[in-house]
Amino acid sequence: MAFKHKHLLGIQTLTSSEIMTVLDTAESFFEISTRAVKKVPTLRGKTIINLFFEPSTRTRSSFELAAKRLSADIVNFNQQTSSTVKGETFKDTILNLDAMNPDAIIIRHSCSGVPQFATTFCQTHIINAGDGAHEHPTQALLDAFTIRQEKKNFKDLKVLIVGDILHSRVARSNIFLLQKLEVRIVLVGPPSLLPLEFKKFGVDLDFNLDRAIEGADVVMMLRIQLERQERNYFPSIREYRNLYSLTEKRFRRAKKNAIIMHPGPINRGVEISADMADSAKSVILKQVENGIAVRMAVLYLLLGGKEREAID
Amino acid sequence: MRLLIKNGRVIDPSSGTDDTLDLLIEKGKIVEIKAKIETKGVKVIDASNLVVAPGFIDMHVHLREPGQEDKETIFTGALAAAKGGFTSIACMSNTDPVNDNRGLTEYILSEAKKKAVVNIFPIASITKGQRGEELTDMADLVDAGAVAFSDDGCSVENSQIMRRALEYSKLIDTLIIEHCEDKNLSREGVMHEGYYSYLYGLKGIPASSEETMVSRDTILAERAGATIHIAHLSVKGAVDIVKKAKKNKIKVTAEVTPHHLFLADSYLKSYDTSLKVNPPLRSKEDVQALIQAVKEGVVDIFATDHAPHTPDEKDVEFDKAPFGINGLETAISLFLDKLVNKNIISLKKFIKMISTTPALILGLENKGKICVGADADLTILNLHKEIVVDINTFKSKGRNNPFHGWKLRGTPAMTIVGGKIVYPFSSSKN
Repeated sequence: MAFKHKHLLGIQTLTSSEIMTVLDTAESFFEISTRAVKKVPTLRGKTIINLFFEPSTRTRSSFELAAKRLSADIVNFNQQTSSTVKGETFKDTILNLDAMNPDAIIIRHSCSGVPQFATTFCQTHIINAGDGAHEHPTQALLDAFTIRQEKKNFKDLKVLIVGDILHSRVARSNIFLLQKLEVRIVLVGPPSLLPLEFKKFGVDLDFNLDRAIEGADVVMMLRIQLERQERNYFPSIREYRNLYSLTEKRFRRAKKNAIIMHPGPINRGVEISADMADSAKSVILKQVENGIAVRMAVLYLLLGGKEREAID
Repeated sequence: MRLLIKNGRVIDPSSGTDDTLDLLIEKGKIVEIKAKIETKGVKVIDASNLVVAPGFIDMHVHLREPGQEDKETIFTGALAAAKGGFTSIACMSNTDPVNDNRGLTEYILSEAKKKAVVNIFPIASITKGQRGEELTDMADLVDAGAVAFSDDGCSVENSQIMRRALEYSKLIDTLIIEHCEDKNLSREGVMHEGYYSYLYGLKGIPASSEETMVSRDTILAERAGATIHIAHLSVKGAVDIVKKAKKNKIKVTAEVTPHHLFLADSYLKSYDTSLKVNPPLRSKEDVQALIQAVKEGVVDIFATDHAPHTPDEKDVEFDKAPFGINGLETAISLFLDKLVNKNIISLKKFIKMISTTPALILGLENKGKICVGADADLTILNLHKEIVVDINTFKSKGRNNPFHGWKLRGTPAMTIVGGKIVYPFSSSKN
């Protein structure tokens, strides 16, 4: 089993076989969450710190449950009640937490590159739970897990990622991951949120959702942040909805067995109509469920078993 | 004290001199230049195998004093300049408070007289408080000693005010220096916008934010019949605009920094905040265009945009770090190693771009040249010595320099200001 990383900072540094290792490991953990007693002793005695500088529902509780189901002790750090409000710097915060000898620190931060920055001065394992518009590796891994669950393999798939590509770390991590698995990716959004340079990632771009969705196997919708409209990335929510909302009529152009994904939180009636979000084609809640197994796998691979030799 | 510099290879672009000569210095002036000078009662400097050049001038430096003495002071900035081979530096107006009045300009000059080992020339702001609303008393400031005007750090956003500044500058025959950036386009950006900003997830500063301002300012300078100097040119599009403006006889000059010539946006993979600078490190194509512009003479001079910050200020999340690279102590070795030693430009052209032309642009009459009667400001170079950049040896208070660890060939060996050896430092000082 090959997974020789000290940290999980992003998908970019993983190989396709390492990605498969995570997915396969997640497969073996999946069943634990369906038991009456949802706990195994795998990481007993390990301490993990959940350090979220940004609001989060899914990722934070998902990591917490993943740690607890592996019997690790987890401490939640809430930025609002921490000393950062007294002016303590990010670096000092991390140094202090690191001094408490945790086995891993999970970091969510609005600034890109922050988990990588943390690795330059701290001893413990760092797991990126989303940094700025850079990467959100566990989200991409759980998305891949969900796609494999639904589609059995990645061969010949056409995956659409729709919405605010420019600001999305989920889009980036998914692009990096699906690229490594040689999946055809089409990015869809208005030109202001979909710069042409994204072509250099080796993906296709399309400004027209109605055209791009033809024959899609997976339609991944991204949340559209309302503040983007204030900055004139698009004229109005109404216009955005008219052009890019996933409606039943639009979805009919995709393949018959196509699935709908969304990393959450969703804006019902904006980027996705309520009936689509709740439809049988939607795997949005399965993504959430799978997130726990995938994060258990990540924690296990980084911290579990005997001390492994780290290469980065 | 008299100083005799013997056997140096004297290069003076203003006269075309490139010969082994002796220089005699007396009372701060060059008094004799000959193949062999024999005289007694002088301190002799053996410059065999060294290059003697007119003192280097950096017309884009942030000295931070008054107001931000934790980042740099006139004293430490001048030491850094001397070590870096510069005999004269012009300091930007964005101190705290802004250098927008006679009192401040006089303060800087009087502090410099007391503490600085190199010549300091203050640049005053174009507008009061750099707010872009009202012009400063430009004639009064020139009278107090300001050599140019700039709101460096930002552009003068209001085109009408920029037009008035350019028109008014003709009255006192002074220079307007513009930091070209449309903040509406660059807002919140922390690196060059392009493939790498998308890859690293950092907010972009588009090339167009510089191009539109360079374009506007050259048009305004032309209409006003005024002279404009474009600070830190960084993108190909802006190079093209300057090239065209020069062809049309618009009075425009331009500078380029070492970091824009020798680094690119892809380096930001490390999220190292010492690479965070404004204008940002641009694409490979831009870097190539800048090097070409240096070769073709579209770029007139080199400048460092020395922008020191405290280590703590830079030891933060990339988005939160201040912009700026600390450049005085590494610039010359970079230019010698990367441009001169690689035969991209000649040594004479390099000296012209770092001494002769800056003196002309700033109107420093007795500087930038080696001739009898000129100020005895000299930079002596060792072209063969290899150095390894070590930020821990800096005289500057800042450590924000991304060239740490680089091996470079060629370095300043001695800096002489007004006939006094200011570098290497004498043991009594420092």
